Amino acid sequence: MSVFLARRLVALFLTLLGASLAVFLILEVLPGDPATVMLGIGAQEDSLAALRAQLGLDRPAWQRYLVWIWGWFQGDLGNSYAYDEPVIKIILERLRVSLPLALMAITLSTAIGLPLGVLAAARRNSLTDVSVMGFVQVGVAIPNFWFAILMILFFSVFLKVMPAGGFAGWDAGVWPAIKSLILPAVALALPQAAILARVTRSSVLEVMREDYVRTARAKGLTFAAALWRHAVRNALIPVVTIMGLQFSFLLAGTIIIENVFYLPGLGRLIFQAIAQRDVIVVKDVVVLLAGAVVLVNFIVDMSYALLDPRLRGGGHGQ
Amino acid sequence: MASDGASDGASDGAKEGGLGEVAAKALGNRSFVIGGVLTGVLIVVALVSLVWTPYSVIDMDIAGKLRVPSAAHWFGTDQFGRDVFSMMMVGAQNSIAVSLVAVGVGAGFGVPLGALAAARGGWLDETVMRFNDFAFAFPAVLSAVMITALAGPGAVNSIIAIGIFNIPVFARLTRGGALAIWKREFVMAARVAGKNAVRITVEHILPNVASILIVQATIQFALAILAEAGLSYLGLGTQPPQPSWGKMLNEAQTLMFLAPQLAIFPGVAIVLTVLGLNLLGDGLRDVLDPRLRRLR
Amino acid sequence: MRKLFYGLAAAAALATLAAQAEAAKDTITLGMQLEPPHLDPTAGAAAAIDEVTYANIFEGLTRIDQNGGVKPALAESWTISDDGLVYTFKLHKGVKFHDGTDMDSADVKFSLERAMDEKSTNAQKGLFKPISKVEAPDASTVVVTLSQPTGRFLFNMGWGDAVVVAPESAEGNKTNPVGTGPFKFKNWTKGDRLTIERNPNYWGTAVKLKSATFKFISDPAAATAAVLAGDVDAFPGFPAPEALAQFKSDPRLKVVVGSTEGETILSTNNKSKYFSDVRVRRAMAHAIDRQAIIDGAMFGYGTPIGSHFAPHHPAYVDLTGMYPYDLAKAKALLAEAGYPNGFKARLHLPPPSYARRGGEIIAAQLAKIGIQLEIIPVEWAQWLKAVFKGYDYDLTIVSHTEPMDIGIYARDSYYFQYDSPEFKALMKKLDMATDEKTQYDILRQAQRKLAEDAVNGFLFQLAKTGVWNAKLRGLWPNSPTQANDLTGVYWVD
Repeated sequence: MSVFLARRLVALFLTLLGASLAVFLILEVLPGDPATVMLGIGAQEDSLAALRAQLGLDRPAWQRYLVWIWGWFQGDLGNSYAYDEPVIKIILERLRVSLPLALMAITLSTAIGLPLGVLAAARRNSLTDVSVMGFVQVGVAIPNFWFAILMILFFSVFLKVMPAGGFAGWDAGVWPAIKSLILPAVALALPQAAILARVTRSSVLEVMREDYVRTARAKGLTFAAALWRHAVRNALIPVVTIMGLQFSFLLAGTIIIENVFYLPGLGRLIFQAIAQRDVIVVKDVVVLLAGAVVLVNFIVDMSYALLDPRLRGGGHGQ
Repeated sequence: MASDGASDGASDGAKEGGLGEVAAKALGNRSFVIGGVLTGVLIVVALVSLVWTPYSVIDMDIAGKLRVPSAAHWFGTDQFGRDVFSMMMVGAQNSIAVSLVAVGVGAGFGVPLGALAAARGGWLDETVMRFNDFAFAFPAVLSAVMITALAGPGAVNSIIAIGIFNIPVFARLTRGGALAIWKREFVMAARVAGKNAVRITVEHILPNVASILIVQATIQFALAILAEAGLSYLGLGTQPPQPSWGKMLNEAQTLMFLAPQLAIFPGVAIVLTVLGLNLLGDGLRDVLDPRLRRLR
Repeated sequence: MRKLFYGLAAAAALATLAAQAEAAKDTITLGMQLEPPHLDPTAGAAAAIDEVTYANIFEGLTRIDQNGGVKPALAESWTISDDGLVYTFKLHKGVKFHDGTDMDSADVKFSLERAMDEKSTNAQKGLFKPISKVEAPDASTVVVTLSQPTGRFLFNMGWGDAVVVAPESAEGNKTNPVGTGPFKFKNWTKGDRLTIERNPNYWGTAVKLKSATFKFISDPAAATAAVLAGDVDAFPGFPAPEALAQFKSDPRLKVVVGSTEGETILSTNNKSKYFSDVRVRRAMAHAIDRQAIIDGAMFGYGTPIGSHFAPHHPAYVDLTGMYPYDLAKAKALLAEAGYPNGFKARLHLPPPSYARRGGEIIAAQLAKIGIQLEIIPVEWAQWLKAVFKGYDYDLTIVSHTEPMDIGIYARDSYYFQYDSPEFKALMKKLDMATDEKTQYDILRQAQRKLAEDAVNGFLFQLAKTGVWNAKLRGLWPNSPTQANDLTGVYWVD
């Protein structure tokens, strides 16, 4: 087990290192000079040179890469070109939006998807099942940004009960802050809830067909009891895996959704930072996001291995 | 994602019945029929738009902008007075083209990689899978945003961005399926008979994973359509004057208060297309893989 | 169902609503499309910096008022020597920076010298070029000596780039601006909002607003939604002209259309393969239907221009009739130039919607005479590098928002690559001219020259489309300089 753990940890580290290198190289060839962007059209050449020197942009690439990576180990992510503030501070500020948003979305999708899936499995082929599967098909097919637009149209413009976007800020109170995250969270959660419902339904059905469940049923256990005692618990394994996988979809989703609702989160930060050539911020956030995805997958893999010892030996196909 | 179950179904399903039997099964499958019809309509519309649209999608008529739907303009006109119905027809063409190439790129690289990893094992397998993890670590939209920042927005670059993200999906799936088949008796027999790994892969492994790959391709196709719409919505995908559904939604969002219908039609088109492809995928899985069918 | 929603909303938001209603009289939330990168107007050209800080947080010796006139600010008066070289400024007494330190002549001297310095990152160093020395004979007197007479010097000292900062706080101004203005910086949630509050120790008339919040909403659709939902009280530079018709019919809102200094032009690379030929440029001018662009891209907001000059300026000449829309003539000119079947060229479009939408329309219009344009959307960063610095473009659309900037056509290395000795001579004559009549005459000749040479496609003067709560007073309808001057803003019942 510890060998397996060590191997996966090394792999995790290598992936992150690779990601950092890839991002750094991509940004090296990215057209556009941060200094020009910061000073604008009217800027004169000597002002630009002065600024480049101030930002350390006149140093060779490998030196900048090492300085950057070394900074990570020391907890110093550098200073944003655009905002002239420590990147770590900006990221933490943005996480105050993105993290609650992601948590709300995951909670919502689980709260909707799991019960619906179990319900559909329990009443297989009933009207409920058909409706749930209908919801699943539509939920998976709706682009979340379009769903978001429709919700803004309905709740913000027509009914005027929800803010059309923006973040009230935590200092405005918990409720206004939460309120500005509700529509975005719903937009993010809907497709994930649909996927979760489908996975839950099919894995519950699968477990119900297992021999031991059939035996228990034959021994007189009611359908409902069998469902609760065996199926739901065992069905959770693939469900948790899917939830882990959904994490990266959620991150990707926030990039678009935060733009639709103009929320000051990580997704919008990176979008803006690329446009502004705030290279340091882009590098840091990409590595952070990649790290989060890798870490979550790692945890999922580990829990998988704990639950299913057969998988410890080889890779992790599916 | 529809990775529920499809992955481990590497049976010889496709070989069980003749083609006629499969076709009969297919026609009896509700998902397959509905999905097939929706997808068929999409393809027909796209093909028709190659030779004919009610109006030109390039010519503008500023004076006739933002008209509501009428007999002359079924879906009304956009902010430049162009016919929305015509634009949606050409948009279908665009969605199909981008997604088809992107999935082609994904499968074209992913399947050989996955098959290779399963055939060789060892460090090669490990390397391929690490690369997979690596590619998975970048959310698709994120890599797409970076790629388009690098090479400029456009259809080709969005194809690359979506395609890259498809590679690990196909690689994982192929590897998983292939690994299971490598352990089967008939493959063992082939090895004993002295066939080399490439031949075994081509003759035995790939035909047996083909059905799950086809099903997955349908689903990836649907995801690619969503991704293309998302990128175009962000302004990074297909560029004007080429119409695209995502771009139309982006334009419609600012006009949402003047002409809400503009935000409705392209969205509905995307939903119907993706719905059709997903249903088709589900149907195909049922038809090609009887073991899984029992689950439904 | 709908009733239920209303009921829920009412119940949930009752407390906050009541609180808002009471406080709404002396605070304001202002929408802005672009967020400033930082808050030091002396170290960046981004308009957003000035739009937050100008006249609110920072003040200069002079200030520009809403009609573009020069008014005293920190300098209560000044005298100019007869040769126009020595400016003696008399400063207001008792002015304090927000950190409590005194503002005196030493600070002015420091500010000007800092901007002139070799290592200065001031984006408008040109404003300070004529200055040869700055002296501070006593605490309330500043004497500035110029190396050559500069008619616009007082106006230039009113730019945001020339505000007065203190040596103690100058370095921190990017994140914590310390000025002398009627508002103090309070806080800034990056990517979202920035708040300033009333400065109780302001030297002049205290402002009526207790605090003001700038909310940064880049997306035009989100901006529309925010205005309709009442999330912002005012959006002085509203980015989605298509929504204005709807706002006009809303009694809660007031739509104000003013003028800007933005000449929106189809910038043309005068040294590129096809466009170096004046016949091609003229053909293009004949093929462009300005009104269609204004209607299609700006929903009717904008004034057609025929040269690079603001229509509200007294020296303006209307040259929009020089190249009437005439496709036959355009085709003939193209054929004369040797391209009877047209050609392919690139059109780089920066992010603003006037460019993206206008570009689509121009591409459709030029396609009619056989000029096939490939649309290349670019971020500002790429635009600056490829187009502005690299001259690697054929056509692009951009709004030149600097006031009175016709002089850029005389610059040697400007991205239009227009090189006309006659025009340069005109600009030299303009610099020498001392009386207004001669100046205006020269300016008129210059406009004609540019139109005759069809240097660029002259499209329209950008309108300032603002929308705000009908009960707000005192916001600027025009934008003679980049600012959201809140000093005179107040609410009425």
